[in-house]
Amino acid sequence: MSLVYYFIQQIVNALSIGSLYALMAVGLAMVFGILRLINFAHGDMMMIAAYIAAFALFAGLPLWIVILIMIGGTVLVGLLMERVAYRPLRGAPDVALLLSSFAIGVILQNGTLLTMRRIGRPDQIAFPAPPVLSGVLAIGPITVPRLNIVSLVAGIVLLVLLSLFVTRTTLGLSMRAAAEDLDAARLMGINVNRVVASAFAIGAGLAAVAGLLFAVQAGQINPYIGFSPVLKAFIAAVIGGFGSIAGAIIGGYALGGLEVLLTALPGIGDILPPGLVSPGTQAFLKQWLPSWLSGYRDAFVFLALILMLLFRPNGILGKREWDEL
Amino acid sequence: MLELDNIHVSYGSISALNGVSFRVNEGELVALIGSNGAGKSTTLKTISGLLRPRQGRIIYQNRDISREPTDRIVGLGLSHCPEGRRIFGRLTVRENLLLGAARRKGMIPDDLDRIYTLFPRLKERLAQAGGTLSGGEQQMPAIGRALMSRPALLLLDEPSLGLAPLMVEHIFGVIRELKRTGTTMLLVEQNVHHALDVADRAYVMETGRITLDGPAGELKRNPQIEQSYLGR
Repeated sequence: MSLVYYFIQQIVNALSIGSLYALMAVGLAMVFGILRLINFAHGDMMMIAAYIAAFALFAGLPLWIVILIMIGGTVLVGLLMERVAYRPLRGAPDVALLLSSFAIGVILQNGTLLTMRRIGRPDQIAFPAPPVLSGVLAIGPITVPRLNIVSLVAGIVLLVLLSLFVTRTTLGLSMRAAAEDLDAARLMGINVNRVVASAFAIGAGLAAVAGLLFAVQAGQINPYIGFSPVLKAFIAAVIGGFGSIAGAIIGGYALGGLEVLLTALPGIGDILPPGLVSPGTQAFLKQWLPSWLSGYRDAFVFLALILMLLFRPNGILGKREWDEL
Repeated sequence: MLELDNIHVSYGSISALNGVSFRVNEGELVALIGSNGAGKSTTLKTISGLLRPRQGRIIYQNRDISREPTDRIVGLGLSHCPEGRRIFGRLTVRENLLLGAARRKGMIPDDLDRIYTLFPRLKERLAQAGGTLSGGEQQMPAIGRALMSRPALLLLDEPSLGLAPLMVEHIFGVIRELKRTGTTMLLVEQNVHHALDVADRAYVMETGRITLDGPAGELKRNPQIEQSYLGR
């Protein structure tokens, strides 16, 4: 029976990590869909959110106010980023936008670093995890970290809301239309600047939530924590089909599943109870899936990315998106 | 209602329009004809603000719109149905139509009904993705979408291009119906014969200039037009 619980725990793991990736990936996908911009500064918005949350928590504010301030602040950063770094470059080659996103990323990282030093804080600070997000939840014999449950629920709720937004509201429809054909969208009377700003605002808000969850998970934060998540979100978006919101969600969960699989499968031969599989199989698993393989998880993830780009470059859902890059 | 005054437009260093001037009066259907590359589509794109004139003024309902952004121009009641239909392929036909009314609220069911009266076949295809319609069928939501903003002035760019003969008749039937109900239209059309049949007046464009104009009936009998565009 313990094996069943083990699998359930792993599935919860996969869904909670997947939620984080999906929350990040949809922001990347929305912006890419409209502007053909891979916004690498997206991860740094997540980092900013973590810092805002940390200092709001240090100040002893209740969690819901912390979350409001965090989302509000990050959305402001996102809007400012769009206004200062991307809107003036409308019509410039895609690579100019990409470079601008790197520049913004570096500015946000260094800005945070300098601010921390100015106020006499170390480069890396411990994140004050709120009690609701720490500890474990026991459901019968299964124990799951609270954080994983919260991530999973927050991810699913927010992504469902996002899906309703893009299919049921005029602004959401406008966003999808602008992603398909910018000039035709203009001819519908759609204010493209407003649509782009909304995409940045929504992406920033979702990244902020991901930032809080990520910071609790990591336990500490520094100005560079956005780097790895934005890469993972990028991979998730590519797996799903870049530029598509549904693709980004699917890709996020697929990547979460893949990572958990790559962490859980190596060493499986050691934990399987005797008698479940034949001794030969068990020996085979021990030989070919040794536990140290899980250390190469990220290498395998990138290998999966390369294979995906080679054999299905448009992703699980995507259609011809890369042709336009 | 619409007046272009000495409009110059260039793509980089290549000039596309060299001093285009013409006018469209309220209630009129004006055709803009000419060979490929004459600058007809460029003219429409400049009117709707997708392109910026280097020089000249565009007066629409007594205001200069030549520097206004496209969404503002559409908001003023000017609707542009672009060449090549430009349907949003991943959105449903219904979503495509709704986007035509993106700038306003209210009465949308009535407007949808009006579109279905003009194009009964659209009603069967509402839930279908725009991209799954054939090229000819896509012209129906394209025009329908442009009408959803209840335009006072409708710009139509090559509505019959690449359509089967039966569909061409259908589209021109709709254009006649719109004219009858009082929509002012500026029509760019390679099917000069049909265009001059429905139009009140027409302008002939060549290499970025208006070279000839007059009542449509008169132009139809103009030997130069007959030879160059009507193949007689």
